[in-house]
Amino acid sequence: MENILQQIGIENYLYLSTLLFCVGAFGVLFRRNAIIMFMSIEIMLNAVNLLLVAFSTYHQDPAGQVFVFFSMAVAAAEVAVGLAILVAVYRNLHGIDIDNLKNLKG
Amino acid sequence: MDTNLALLLLFTPFAGFLINIFFGKKLGHSAPGWLGTAAVATSFAVTLTFFLQVLATKEPIFINLGQWLTLANFTVDFSFQLDQLSVLWLMFVTGIGTLIHMYSISYMHDDENVHKFFAYLNLFVFFMITLVMGSNLLIMFIGWEGVGLCSYLLIGFWHKNQDYNDAAKKAFIMNRIGDLGFLIGIFILGYLFHTTEYAVIKTELDNGWPFNKELLGIAMLCLFIGACGKSAQIPLYTWLPDAMAGPTPVSALIHAATMVTAGIFMITRLNFLFNLTPDVLEVIAIVGAVTSIVAAAIGLVQTDIKKVLAYSTVSQLGLMFLALGCGAYEVAVFHVITHAFFKACLFLGSGSVIHALHGEQDMRKMGGLSKVMKITFITFVLSSVAISGVPGFSGFFSKDEILISAFHHSPVLWGIASLASIMTAFYMFRLVYVTFFNDFRGTEEQKHHLHESPALITIPLVILALLATFGGIISLPGHSWLNEYLAPVMAAPAAHHELGNLEYILMGIAVLGAFIGIGIAYFKYRKKGEVPPGDAEFTGLANVLYNKFYVDEIYSAVIVKPLYMIGSFFKNVTEVAISGFVFGLGKVAVTLGGEGRKLQNGSVGFYLLVFVLGVCSIIGYIFLAK
Repeated sequence: MENILQQIGIENYLYLSTLLFCVGAFGVLFRRNAIIMFMSIEIMLNAVNLLLVAFSTYHQDPAGQVFVFFSMAVAAAEVAVGLAILVAVYRNLHGIDIDNLKNLKG
Repeated sequence: MDTNLALLLLFTPFAGFLINIFFGKKLGHSAPGWLGTAAVATSFAVTLTFFLQVLATKEPIFINLGQWLTLANFTVDFSFQLDQLSVLWLMFVTGIGTLIHMYSISYMHDDENVHKFFAYLNLFVFFMITLVMGSNLLIMFIGWEGVGLCSYLLIGFWHKNQDYNDAAKKAFIMNRIGDLGFLIGIFILGYLFHTTEYAVIKTELDNGWPFNKELLGIAMLCLFIGACGKSAQIPLYTWLPDAMAGPTPVSALIHAATMVTAGIFMITRLNFLFNLTPDVLEVIAIVGAVTSIVAAAIGLVQTDIKKVLAYSTVSQLGLMFLALGCGAYEVAVFHVITHAFFKACLFLGSGSVIHALHGEQDMRKMGGLSKVMKITFITFVLSSVAISGVPGFSGFFSKDEILISAFHHSPVLWGIASLASIMTAFYMFRLVYVTFFNDFRGTEEQKHHLHESPALITIPLVILALLATFGGIISLPGHSWLNEYLAPVMAAPAAHHELGNLEYILMGIAVLGAFIGIGIAYFKYRKKGEVPPGDAEFTGLANVLYNKFYVDEIYSAVIVKPLYMIGSFFKNVTEVAISGFVFGLGKVAVTLGGEGRKLQNGSVGFYLLVFVLGVCSIIGYIFLAK
C-alpha cells in the first residue's frame, strides 16, 4: 500500500481534492440548472471521499475507508431523494431553473 | 303544601316577567298589563292565605329548598321564612303592587314599550318578595340587589332622555355604595355567627354565644349604611328625588311604598341584633331626624309636583328611621304601612294629574283642577290630610307614636321631628292649594283637554285613599293590634306608653303643628292666591332650599370631580406612558422584522452564497483564532 503513496505523493491528492471541491463549490454557486448544481454537490462529496481514502492510506488506518463506504451509501440515498424532488419541481414549474423557486420568499 | 304555595307566591310575578319580556310584544297593548296585574294579584291572594294562617297559628313557616353553598363551616340555604313580619310586608307589597299594576294598565297604555314596563314591574315584585321572604341575609341580599336593578331599569324606562338615564345611573351608583356596606355587614355577621340565618343567629344569641361586641357594632353600622342607600337617608338620599324621572307608577310602587322601606324591613328583621348595639341605634335616630328635617325643608320650595312628594318621602323615611333608632320598631313598621297607603295614593294622584295635563309636572302651571278631577282631588286631599297628621286619619296615629317615642328618647329629636311634621303639613297643603284650587294657569289647549282619569286609575286611588284614611285602626293608642301581632318577632316587648298627661300634651302639640302648617299654606296659597315663584326669583334661604342645600353640587365637587380628575390623569399621563412603551416595543420588533425579511428573498443562489460565505468565515475564524 505504501508504494502507492511513494509513486504519487500525498500532497498531490490534497491538491486534486481541493481542486475538485472548489470546482464543485463554484458549480453550486454559479450554475442555475438544478441538475448541474446537484452534480456539483456530488463532486464536492467525492472530493472529500478522495481525501478520506488518501489519508486512510497515509495513516495505515482502514477506518477512513469504512467511512467512505458509508458516505457513498448515504450519498446514493441523497441522490434518490434529490432527484425525486427535482422531478416534482419539474412537474410543477416545467423547468428546473432554481431562480423560479421563489414561492417561499419572505 | 306550604312549600308549593310559597313557590307560587314567589314565582308568579317571575313568570309574568318572563312571559312579558319574551312574548309581550306579540301580546298587543292591553294584554301585558292585565297579565302583570294578574300575576301580582295571585301573589296577593296567596299572601292572604299565609297571613290568615300566621294570624291563626302565630307560628312562623319555614321553607327550605335545599343547600345553596357550603364553605368550610358555613352553609347557606335557599330557605324562606314566613313569619308575622315578612307576611305583613308581603301583604302591602303585593296588595299595593296589585293596585299600582292596575293603575299602570291605563297610565302606560299609550307607551310603545308597555310590555317591558310590566315585565320590569313584575320582576321588581319578584325580587321584593325574595327580599322579604328570605330567611337569611344572603337571600335578602339577592332581593336587595334585584330591586336595585329594577329600580334602575324603571327610572331609566324612558331611556331616550339622557337626563333620565343619568338619574337611573345615579340611583344605581348611590345604592351600590350602600350595598357595599350591607355586604360587609353580612360578611362580618357570617364571621361572627358562622351563619346568616336570622333564626339561628337569634338562638345562638339566646344561648349566650360569645361574640365580639365591637365587631358586631361595626357590622350593624355597615348594615345601616346599606339601609341608608336603599331607604334614601343622609348622606345617600340624593338619588330618590332624581328617581322621579321614572314613570309615576314606578315612583309610587318602588320609591314610596316598597323598595325604599327595605332598609326599615332589614333593621326591624335584625332588631334583636340592633338592640345589642345602642350606639348604632343612636346614630340611626340622629340620621333619621336630620334627614326628616332636611328633606322637609327642601320640600317646602320645590315646584315639581313629584319632587315635592319625593322629598316628602325622604322626610317620612327619616321619621321611620328615627323610630327605629328609638327602638320603637313596631312604630316604624306602623308608619311604613300608613305611609305606603297615603304616599302611594299621593303619587298615583299626582300621576293622574300629570296624565290629565299630558306630562306637565310643574305645579305653577296647574291650578283649579278640583272642579274637573273630582275623584283625584278628593283622594289626594284625604291622603294629604293623612300625611299631615290630622287626628283620625292613619298618618296621625303613626306619626304621633313616632313623636312620643322620640320624646321619651330625647326631647331634642322630638323637636326636630315635630318641626319636620309641621313643614310636612305646610308643603302638602301648598301642593294641594296650588294644584287644585284657584284658576287654571296652563295653556288654553291643556284646559280644553282637562279630564278626569278613567276608572282603572281612579279605583286604585279610591281604595288607597280609604286605606290612608282608616289604616290607623291597626294600631290605636292604648290598644295596638299591630304591636301584639308583631310581638313574636321582636326581641324586646313594645314600649307601652300610657296615655297620660304628657302624651296628651305631645299629641296636642303635634295636632296644633299640623293645623299651623295647613293654616299657613291656606292663607298663603288659597286666600292670597300666591303662586310659587320661578327659578330665578328665589333669594336667601329659599334659594338654598330650592337648590337642595347644594348637596348635589357638593357631592359633585368633593367626590365626582376629583374622581374624574384622577381618571383623566391616568388617561392622559399614565396610559400614554404605558401604551407608548408597549407600542414602542412593537414598533422595534416590526422594524427589525421588516429588515430581516429582506434576507428571505427567495433566490436559492443567494442563499447558497451566504451559506458558503458563512462556512468560509467560520473556518477562517477557527484557523485565525489558532
